[in-house]
Amino acid sequence: MRNVIETDVVIIGAGPVGLFAVFELGLYDLRCHLIDILDRPGGQCAELYPEKPIYDIPAWPEISGAGLTERLMEQIKPFHPEFHFNRMVQSLKKLEDGRFEVETDENEVFHAKIVVIAAGGGSFQPKRPPIPGIEAYEDKSVFYSVRRMEEFRDHDVLIVGGGDSALDWTLNLQPLARSLTLVHRRPEFRAAPDSVNKMFAMQEKGDLNFEIGQVTGLSGADGQIEAATVKGPDGEVEVKATRLLPFFGLTMKLGPIADWGLNLHENLITVDTEKFQTSVPGIFAIGDINWYPGKLKLILSGFHEAALMAHAAKKIAHPEAKVVFQYTTSSTSLQKKLGVK
Amino acid sequence: MTKITIVANDGTRYELEAENGSTVMENAVRNAVPGIEAECGGACACATCHVYVHEAWKEAVGEPEAMEEDMLDFAYDVRPTSRLSCQIRVSDALDGLIVSVPERQA
Repeated sequence: MRNVIETDVVIIGAGPVGLFAVFELGLYDLRCHLIDILDRPGGQCAELYPEKPIYDIPAWPEISGAGLTERLMEQIKPFHPEFHFNRMVQSLKKLEDGRFEVETDENEVFHAKIVVIAAGGGSFQPKRPPIPGIEAYEDKSVFYSVRRMEEFRDHDVLIVGGGDSALDWTLNLQPLARSLTLVHRRPEFRAAPDSVNKMFAMQEKGDLNFEIGQVTGLSGADGQIEAATVKGPDGEVEVKATRLLPFFGLTMKLGPIADWGLNLHENLITVDTEKFQTSVPGIFAIGDINWYPGKLKLILSGFHEAALMAHAAKKIAHPEAKVVFQYTTSSTSLQKKLGVK
Repeated sequence: MTKITIVANDGTRYELEAENGSTVMENAVRNAVPGIEAECGGACACATCHVYVHEAWKEAVGEPEAMEEDMLDFAYDVRPTSRLSCQIRVSDALDGLIVSVPERQA
């Protein structure tokens, strides 16, 4: 028996617009579960520019991506949103009773009256390094993450990158690999200094190889790599490798959203500008992921879209209820929901 | 106005009048220079506005800061003259600057 999470609303994406949607939906007594592929809230604000100031948030002359996320989290606290991080929504389909079924790649199932897609530029996924022909080896001998360490046992492992993922896996896989080589473009690392020191200590003992350079080519057959060409300051070297783990950061991809049967416009979801509803009633799209004539990809536009979406969503979720428009400044019922004393 | 030249990968030369204080990336995007993707919009958070600074201009442009070096790790075919064009600010000192677009962005 599958464990199904029942909720009013599933929000796909926990960036600033997804977070603010919790607030607007909360004012209408709609409970939200949020799903995000990152390991924390904030979306692009957290992943791309946590420290970078944003200048066009109304009433905040200057605020950082991290600061904005923090304040939104504080603002939505009274509504007790539930977060499901490190997950990607795989499928979205309509149930016979009119609700929607949302399934993640961790096999969780949600049943919701409303689905709000606030997925920004899509989901963050590992970037494919610019090595010619790498596609042919993916998921066979080239991996972008480690799901099971056993798959690397007794292999000649080649790790490329200079961040925490690259260094952490270098240290963790070295004991079970037949050989391990780390390749990085330069002798400086982004990773935590402690991991870097450990790596250099292992290199000194001869437990692993460290090469400065960039991988420019792969050789092998039938999806199985045999060696990689590393171009360094002193020319090219061949590195024996039967497993390759490149860590080249994250990029945004629309992902499975493209397969949900929604009308799209150049990889964005088409919505109306009254409700920000997609071509499927009950599924809304707000923020950078949507498109309508005149659309501007601004956080503040997403906030506006969230407010109108919530008003429309309430009518679908509780068709019997009278939807009354109220102000937080004067409505005692809204203030009660916000915990104002 | 400062004159800068961006050489696309097919050899087309884009000779642009750039405002001082603007970035080379902004000028490239505004003039639709092919090959400058600038996915993150200039936040030094991707490596898709990678350019090669012509040797004669390397010193005037200067060295990348640590954060930019970190991002260059993700770029394709990084060379000693590699820079992210969103981090190069146009000034009088760069009048005549020439940069080239690499074969591909990351």
